[in-house]
Amino acid sequence: MDSNCEGILEDLGEYVQSLEDIRETVLSTMVMVNEIPSPTFKERARAHFLVDRFSEMEMLNASVDEKDNALGIIPGLRGDQDILLVAHLDSLFDETVDHTVTLEPRSAIGPGLSDNSLGVAVLGTLPLIMERIGLKLDSNLVLLGSSRGLGKGDLEGLRFVLDNYKHPFSAAVCIEGVRIGRLSFSSVGMLRGELTYSIPEFYDWTKFHSVGAIVDMNDMINRILEIPLPRKPKTTIVLGRMEAGTSYNTLPTKARLMFEIRSESDEVVSELAHSINSLAEEMTSKTGALVQFREIARRKSGGTEFTHPLNTIAREILKHLGIKSRITPSTSEVAALIDKGIPAITIGLTTGENAGDIDETIDIDPIATGLAQLTALLKAIDKGCAHES
Amino acid sequence: MNLNDWLNNNTYHHSAFSDLKELVQLKQDAGLSISLCIPTLNEERTIGKEVVIFRSELMHRHPLIDEFAVIDSGSQDRTLEVASSFGADTYLSSEILPEEGFKRGKGENLWKAIHQLKGDIIVYIDADIKNIHPRFVYGLVGPLITRPEVSYVKAFYDRPLAFSNSVRPSGGGRVTEILTRPLFSLFFPELTAIIQPLSGEYAVRRNVLESIPFPVGYGVETSHLLDVYRKFGMEAFAQTDLDQRVHRNQDTRSLGKMSFGIMQTFIKRLRNFGTIHFDGEMDTVLRQFQARNDTYETVESDIPEYERPPMITIPAYRKSRGMPPLPKKRGKHGEEEKRTKR
Repeated sequence: MDSNCEGILEDLGEYVQSLEDIRETVLSTMVMVNEIPSPTFKERARAHFLVDRFSEMEMLNASVDEKDNALGIIPGLRGDQDILLVAHLDSLFDETVDHTVTLEPRSAIGPGLSDNSLGVAVLGTLPLIMERIGLKLDSNLVLLGSSRGLGKGDLEGLRFVLDNYKHPFSAAVCIEGVRIGRLSFSSVGMLRGELTYSIPEFYDWTKFHSVGAIVDMNDMINRILEIPLPRKPKTTIVLGRMEAGTSYNTLPTKARLMFEIRSESDEVVSELAHSINSLAEEMTSKTGALVQFREIARRKSGGTEFTHPLNTIAREILKHLGIKSRITPSTSEVAALIDKGIPAITIGLTTGENAGDIDETIDIDPIATGLAQLTALLKAIDKGCAHES
Repeated sequence: MNLNDWLNNNTYHHSAFSDLKELVQLKQDAGLSISLCIPTLNEERTIGKEVVIFRSELMHRHPLIDEFAVIDSGSQDRTLEVASSFGADTYLSSEILPEEGFKRGKGENLWKAIHQLKGDIIVYIDADIKNIHPRFVYGLVGPLITRPEVSYVKAFYDRPLAFSNSVRPSGGGRVTEILTRPLFSLFFPELTAIIQPLSGEYAVRRNVLESIPFPVGYGVETSHLLDVYRKFGMEAFAQTDLDQRVHRNQDTRSLGKMSFGIMQTFIKRLRNFGTIHFDGEMDTVLRQFQARNDTYETVESDIPEYERPPMITIPAYRKSRGMPPLPKKRGKHGEEEKRTKR
């Protein structure tokens, strides 16, 4: 590592101290972000809030695009390359959920804080964070609150920007609230799918001795679980959600199963999808009900090597901050960046618990360390420490 | 005064003041200083967020507020610990003007804030608001900054989630609609234009605050409206729609106590204004009932609506503001009346 890059690591302790003071600003922005409900496909209000912040801090090109992405640019001193910093705007919770946040001295509690209001808040305060530690980049820094990232959104917002932004990105950093130490620079192959089961109106219950959609879907689940999965490449099927039935005593006529296939091999993903599709066809012919397989989203596997300079410097930064790095493959934003051949990494900003629950909690104290990690990483990318020679 | 004209001219939406850079500039041009007071009693769940949002957004990002204090009535929970952990200046109400004694009640905290805080405008925001946002402050101080003739700005909350017709009912909570507004309609019809007379959020010029008495309990909001109306007229008021306010709901029995306190304050003023006459004193005990198995029993709550005098009459306050002492009052036989410690 050259002396420029080592210098960045030496500054880290000072960064953490300086950034302790800015936590209030990050927290207040996070609270306001979180209290604007932003389920996938309904991110516009949150995007406008973020762009208002960008405009207020005099970023260039602050705007909300046709996919409801929020974008703003902090111009570099030289502006000879563009670095992308992304946080997804959408959350798992719909508008009917109480989004209010409770702040305690050492933690914040509210649905969606870690995924990903804290990340969005950091975008909304980054110029102040950089000012606090005196960080000025030569590169343009493009801040993107990306829409339609989760579930059926299938990274549509980010993909739209990558397809339409006029300049190439030299590297990208994706930020998530939790968990600090996480480093994701590879994407596993993924297919997100749905099985829907519906019994036609004219169905003859006596003739077919049917027990309804739940039992038949249960049979489907057992059949899926019987599909042999290879140990290498690593492969798993996540059965994430199921909906069926209406009451105690009515035979259910509809059911829906949402699942995700993940594998280090794209071929295995395709084979498993084919197997599940065949099971659906078999169930249709056996029961007379209509069982359909639908592909919702798909990611290719890929990414940079463990030894890529971006990943190496990211690990070094965490090591200097006294945090153990945890390498996890991702199916989120980093996958769309990998598809475009952009070196990219996802990092976490703090610790927390109950992710995905109503009482999602993040810890306040580690945020300054998370911000130090982020700013050091941006500086490293800017100084060329993260580029392959 | 035509109430519809008043409503048109003096009713705002917070979004009219959302350009904070401009508002701060106008405030500075007018040479005004603004203090924010949050009165608390056991508000550990919500106080942290209020402190962080107001300090960060309205002191650091946009210096709209010059001073910010949490004034507490003696919380038993971690209210003060949480507030101070996020950098708030915290005070125990009992330690402000100790020579005046201490009465437990929100009005006491509001009254003592006049002495403790230095701003030309004081904004009061309740501590139990779950969806706190900077608009709760800038929406209230906006009319005071932009219109020198306005002295008292009251919050109201009106954002229906869905409504099919262009005309919709609008108003306050249960106590407002079944007690306060009927009373205003009977005796002070102009005050019915205040959409939510009992809302706990308002911004007021110091010269007005220091000149009116403060009930320490439930009657403080009602007394403010009556006293400011009598002294300064409807022109002194404005009101701002702050959209939704999410907060704890109170049970009917608690609302009964609130109504009892408000009634005392209201009737006391009717008597002082010479509007109604009756002999004797009002009882301060509210009697409610509860059933235990097959028997009914009375639940008695003593709710005296003690009132603090106008702050401008308090010697320590006059001294701190550089005002000369008031001439000593003479009793019936010419002797000096002694101030008694309460």
